[in-house]
Amino acid sequence: MTLWFVFALMTVAAIFAVLWPLGRRARAQSQGSEGQGSEGQESEGQGSEGQDTENRGSEVAVYKDQLTEIERDLGAGLIAAPEAEAARVEISRRLLAAAGHEPAPVPKASLKWRRAAAVLALVGLPLVAIGVYMPLGSPKLQDFPLAQRGSGMARSLETLVVQVEQHLEKNPTDGRGWNVLGPVLERLGRFDDAARAYRNSLTYNGESAERRSNLGEALSAAAGGVVTAEAKTEFERARALDADDPKANYFLGLAAEQDGRKDDAATIWRALLAKAPADAPWRPVVQSALARVGGGGALPALSDETIAASRDMSEGDRGAMVRGMVERLATRLKQNGDDVEGWLRLVRAYLVMGDRDKAMGASTDARQAIANDAERLRQLNEGLKTLGLDG
Amino acid sequence: MIAESGHYALVLALGLALIQSIVPLIGARLRDVALMNVARSAALAQLLFVGASFTALVMLHVNSDFSVANVYENSHSMKPLIYKITGVWGNHEGSMLLWVSILALFGGLVAAFGNNLPLSLRAHVLAVQAWIASAFYLFILVTSNPFLRIANPPIEGRDLNPVLQDIGLAVHPPMLYLGYVGFSISFSFAIAALIEGRIDAAWARWVRPWTLVAWIFLTLGIAMGSYWAYYELGWGGWWFWDPVENASLMPWLAGTALLHSALVMEKRNALKVWTLLLSILTFSLSLLGTFLVRSGVITSVHAFATDPTRGVFILLILCLFIGGSLSLFAGRATALKQGGLFAPISREGALVLNNLLLTVACAVVLFGTLYPLAMEVLADFKMSVGAPFYNLTFVPLFTLLLLAVPFGPLLAWKRGDLLGVTQRLLAAGVAGLVVIAIVWAWTRGGSALAPLAIGLGVFVIAGAATDLAERTGLFRLPVATTLHRARGLPRSAWGAVFAHAGLGVALIGIVCETTWNSEYIATMKQNDVAHVAGYDLKLDGLFSRQGPNYREMIAEFNVSRDGETLSVMTPSKRSFTTRGSSTTEAALLTRGASQLYVSLGDATAEGAIAVRIYHKPLVLLIWWGPVLMAFGGVLSLSDRRLRVGAPKPARAKQRLQPAE
Repeated sequence: MTLWFVFALMTVAAIFAVLWPLGRRARAQSQGSEGQGSEGQESEGQGSEGQDTENRGSEVAVYKDQLTEIERDLGAGLIAAPEAEAARVEISRRLLAAAGHEPAPVPKASLKWRRAAAVLALVGLPLVAIGVYMPLGSPKLQDFPLAQRGSGMARSLETLVVQVEQHLEKNPTDGRGWNVLGPVLERLGRFDDAARAYRNSLTYNGESAERRSNLGEALSAAAGGVVTAEAKTEFERARALDADDPKANYFLGLAAEQDGRKDDAATIWRALLAKAPADAPWRPVVQSALARVGGGGALPALSDETIAASRDMSEGDRGAMVRGMVERLATRLKQNGDDVEGWLRLVRAYLVMGDRDKAMGASTDARQAIANDAERLRQLNEGLKTLGLDG
Repeated sequence: MIAESGHYALVLALGLALIQSIVPLIGARLRDVALMNVARSAALAQLLFVGASFTALVMLHVNSDFSVANVYENSHSMKPLIYKITGVWGNHEGSMLLWVSILALFGGLVAAFGNNLPLSLRAHVLAVQAWIASAFYLFILVTSNPFLRIANPPIEGRDLNPVLQDIGLAVHPPMLYLGYVGFSISFSFAIAALIEGRIDAAWARWVRPWTLVAWIFLTLGIAMGSYWAYYELGWGGWWFWDPVENASLMPWLAGTALLHSALVMEKRNALKVWTLLLSILTFSLSLLGTFLVRSGVITSVHAFATDPTRGVFILLILCLFIGGSLSLFAGRATALKQGGLFAPISREGALVLNNLLLTVACAVVLFGTLYPLAMEVLADFKMSVGAPFYNLTFVPLFTLLLLAVPFGPLLAWKRGDLLGVTQRLLAAGVAGLVVIAIVWAWTRGGSALAPLAIGLGVFVIAGAATDLAERTGLFRLPVATTLHRARGLPRSAWGAVFAHAGLGVALIGIVCETTWNSEYIATMKQNDVAHVAGYDLKLDGLFSRQGPNYREMIAEFNVSRDGETLSVMTPSKRSFTTRGSSTTEAALLTRGASQLYVSLGDATAEGAIAVRIYHKPLVLLIWWGPVLMAFGGVLSLSDRRLRVGAPKPARAKQRLQPAE
């Protein structure tokens, strides 16, 4: 509200600046002093000298002004007497020449136009001001001077980051600091800065597979998710340090996928899943990636729409979607166990997801469900054999 | 609150400028005093609001309010206070705001001190100022608004371009803008004269001091910019004929011509129409400079950001004002009253020659600047016009001009005596020749032109001194009389002497620096010694240091000559984390007017560092010259006399004396 009050005051001041000369003239006229005081408000307190000269032709006025100026300068000792005399002669000569043919313009007062000007100021000025300001300004936004933000606001993550950054600016060899800063910057989306933090961490903390692959991850994030050659080098270095580093392997698979080598990608990811502990949090991510390149054979058949939808999801969401579909398939088969193809798909899905125990359980369930149908049982056993589950 | 108030103040200034560009014109047409007086109060109010807006932006930068996009993009909370303030105009939006602030300042000055101007002239002048102002307010608000906000303000800014984090930014742009924009006054007066259809006596009286003010600032601004480039960019160059530099040189050349022709107009009431045209051209060139620098047509340090809409907008303003004013001139100039006549050999004649040479030189620079651009746009062919072109064209023109400079002030008004002047300049000519001979004998070899050019510089200086000696009767009259005369000499005469001598000084500096500058480029390790022009520089070591918003690597050099230690020089390389860029800070050792210049290159892994060392003889003269010129300008400005070129009996007698 204060802001609008300030705006209003400013507008009034601006309007006043336009109305003032208009108003003053009107008053002067009503006092019957037309032809005088043409200098308007500024002559106030300066004496009435030169006020009536204006209307008798500007040339003459200027020369007269110059003559008085000579006297003043001479009096103040600014110019010498002979110079003053010479100048006086020259000016008088010009004055005579000017006075001869200069018609004196008579000032007129056109009240109609003055009113129009007043209306322009009263209506036009606020309209223009609001019309221009409203689409551009943000009147609802408060000021945010830095000093106030530090104490008044809750110390946000960003504030902490800034503090750590300032600390590191002064102590750039603090490797632990860079280690802490990297992931936070990455989460804030400042990938370039994160990459720099990881680089510094490598410099001051020494080599490690984890740091290399973190750097690679930041680099590819900065490149909008593309595993660039630079990022790939980092992942390869990480794998050279630790062949089982999951992040490096995952991204190398991704690099292969982005290069169009889907089979290579699938191989890398399958190997990764095979070695992975069962409770690794990144499992679903890799599984869904594998599903994407079709490396898991046919997972629960995904329609084109679902694939398209899944493309826009984050890795975690995608994993959740796949798991959900597998669950639905399992429930359906429990109710109607005749579908051999369905059972095989389920087993395959569990295998792809790296859940061997569940795959075994599913194959046992399948055998029980179709035990009375020899033909289907044969099909099932054939299928399980190709999946590499017992005989 | 500060941000939005500043924004709104700018919008109000636009509104006032719009009123100021229409109402006074109607008033002048109707001869309505009140309507004409609106110009004055509107101009003052406009100054108030733009001033408030500019102050608001400065406060936002000082407070590091990163909710303002401009502050976020160009500031950093850890920047020293001085750079927080100078950073306000270290970016496109802020510098445009400075531009209009100065425009409003000049408008306000006309409004405040224009009491003795004819009312209709003042109304017209202020209306024209308001046209320019409106165009630029719109430009700022629409394409480069410094008050745009960020809803979720980041906690830290992106910092100012490190190259600009220097004291030079505090001085160079404001000076240059005072110069550029100052010419808008003479432009507005010219347009007002064309609209009114006559040149008032007041016109002559006003144009010269305003042009002089603008010229002084422009001279200092260009010199400062050149010195800044010299020490900051790290390779010791001080003029590159780069389009942006040319953009400031062209208004300077035209402005210098205007200054001299305004002199003729003021004293002799002649050359009126020509002065009018020069006023228009000078400001047009200032606008062109703004366009070249701000539109992003040229990429350089000065093009903070490139945005096609901005370019198109400024081009539009440019066409409107230059095209409009020149067509107005073409239409109305013939109706104007011409001034008095004069003989070709006279002070006026010399000033016409000066104008001729300066405008041709200006045209040459204009051609050299625009031709490559035109080729690139029209023929898709990249080329650059550099020093060789200007050496062939600009340099001969200026040599001619410099040869003529000493003659001008010695010639009398109306009718001059060339032979007499030549006789009186004999001493100066002899001095020049003696210097040529000495330099020739001293150096042996090198460029044959260098001693000649130095001789020319000495001739110009000696010529200025001759003028002084003639007027004061030095060596002819008793010392007391001379002193008395010197004191009585009008300050504008002293001003002319200093300004002309400044030209000679700058010329000598330029020639010495380009001819005898020696350089040493090498990779140095600790305790290595470099020998440059008789100086020994020993690298004592490399150190790191933490600055407020940068880290710097400092190399310490022990400078000695003939085994005697002179000083320690510490050039450094600063790296700025936020922008991820670095600057070289050259170290300068001044010995007289010469300088030793050390700047650092890249460090190698083995702890060695690439070093560039230059010895630049008399290099400082290049900038002392312009400072001298500006000092002359200030003296001339402080001269309160009325310049009415009246014949002076005392002077006539004095002129006869040498013939005795």
